[in-house]
Amino acid sequence: MAANEAKVQVTKAQAPAIPIWRKWESTPTFKELISDIWNDNPIFRMVLALCPTMGATNMAINGFSQGVATMFVTAMSSLTISYIRNFVPAEVRIVAFMVVIAAYVTLVQIILQAYLPPLAAALGPYVPLIITNCFVLGRAEAFASKNGPWLSFIDAIGVGLGFTLSLTLIGIAREVLGFGTVFQMPLLGPDWTKWVLMIVPGGAFITVGLYVGLVRQFSPGGSVEET
Amino acid sequence: MDILLIVIGAVLTNNILLTAFLGLCPFVGVSGQYSSASGMGMAVIFVLTVTVPINWLLNNFVLVPFGLEYLQLIAFIVTIAFTVQVVEVSMKRFSPELYNALGIFLPLITVNCAIFGSSLWAMVLWKLNFVQSAAFGFGGGVGWALAILAMAAIRERLKVAPMPAGMRGAGITLIIIGLMALGFAGFTGMISLQDFAGS
Repeated sequence: MAANEAKVQVTKAQAPAIPIWRKWESTPTFKELISDIWNDNPIFRMVLALCPTMGATNMAINGFSQGVATMFVTAMSSLTISYIRNFVPAEVRIVAFMVVIAAYVTLVQIILQAYLPPLAAALGPYVPLIITNCFVLGRAEAFASKNGPWLSFIDAIGVGLGFTLSLTLIGIAREVLGFGTVFQMPLLGPDWTKWVLMIVPGGAFITVGLYVGLVRQFSPGGSVEET
Repeated sequence: MDILLIVIGAVLTNNILLTAFLGLCPFVGVSGQYSSASGMGMAVIFVLTVTVPINWLLNNFVLVPFGLEYLQLIAFIVTIAFTVQVVEVSMKRFSPELYNALGIFLPLITVNCAIFGSSLWAMVLWKLNFVQSAAFGFGGGVGWALAILAMAAIRERLKVAPMPAGMRGAGITLIIIGLMALGFAGFTGMISLQDFAGS
């Protein structure tokens, strides 16, 4: 009897022949995450959330920080909204969601000003503008108000990662051509003629426009909608 | 005199769309058709002219005296959502023609960063006084409307222009806004709204 039990335990311990990441790959959570990062990419696919994208990407590090701040706000507000969704009347839900988002943005702004003052100064008013970032409210309205807390949180993290990735890519392109550096490390050498165009607002529009055009042109199976 | 200078400055030199990227998402979304672009432009002028002064009063008579500046963001966004709702309801009641023209654009405006951003710029960044803020709100709206009308007119012509499929829609629109911003950069130095900034 005892020997039999021990035998069962041994076989159980040896059971996971499939690596853990293989198992995880097929869970709904992971599929949601991957689809969010690429298919629901706020900037390149949906062309949303443009004003923080442009205002905070003159340097790669600014773009990255803005992305992480937005990811935090999206994740926390999706989680909160998913918890309160059943208590909020439908008529006032937008205002209620805005207040939740604004509260988290205020938190981020105060933390940045306290611990990273140079970064807070560089991002300036574009941190408060996360409140009117269309996709934060869009995620709350389209996903968190209909799904459970855990899935909403993962969904927001996925979209936030996609957003951070896009912002960092745009920041790198602008910083390399505009300053000849990447993440403030010299890349193109001292002889590089700095493109002032990439630093001014006009360059931001043109860079993002080219990115959006290229992604839409070459993404496999991506539907190009006529707007 | 100040008022005139600020309005012209907000339209040409410190255009909220072309220099600060405010209100870009609805700009790209709505500029496809001239009629909806003009409707959205009018709605933005209207709501900006109303909300910036209201937020100024709230900021300087409630938040600052009681030391509640850290609640600025929440207060501004709630004021904007509330004002838009009031404007929508009263417009429906008193002016159905105007409501038919602008009605569908009003709900979109709550999350329009041009509205929230203008309050932020006027109160937090530049600390303008009441009259200056009101002028900035109106001028900012006019500047935004001017840009979206110009863009809509250009996009009517783009419909028949040959270009790669991926560039159609958002891509080419962003690039054209970029060129427009470079053109407007020619006005830089004529008037600078930063000079009006108080302490």
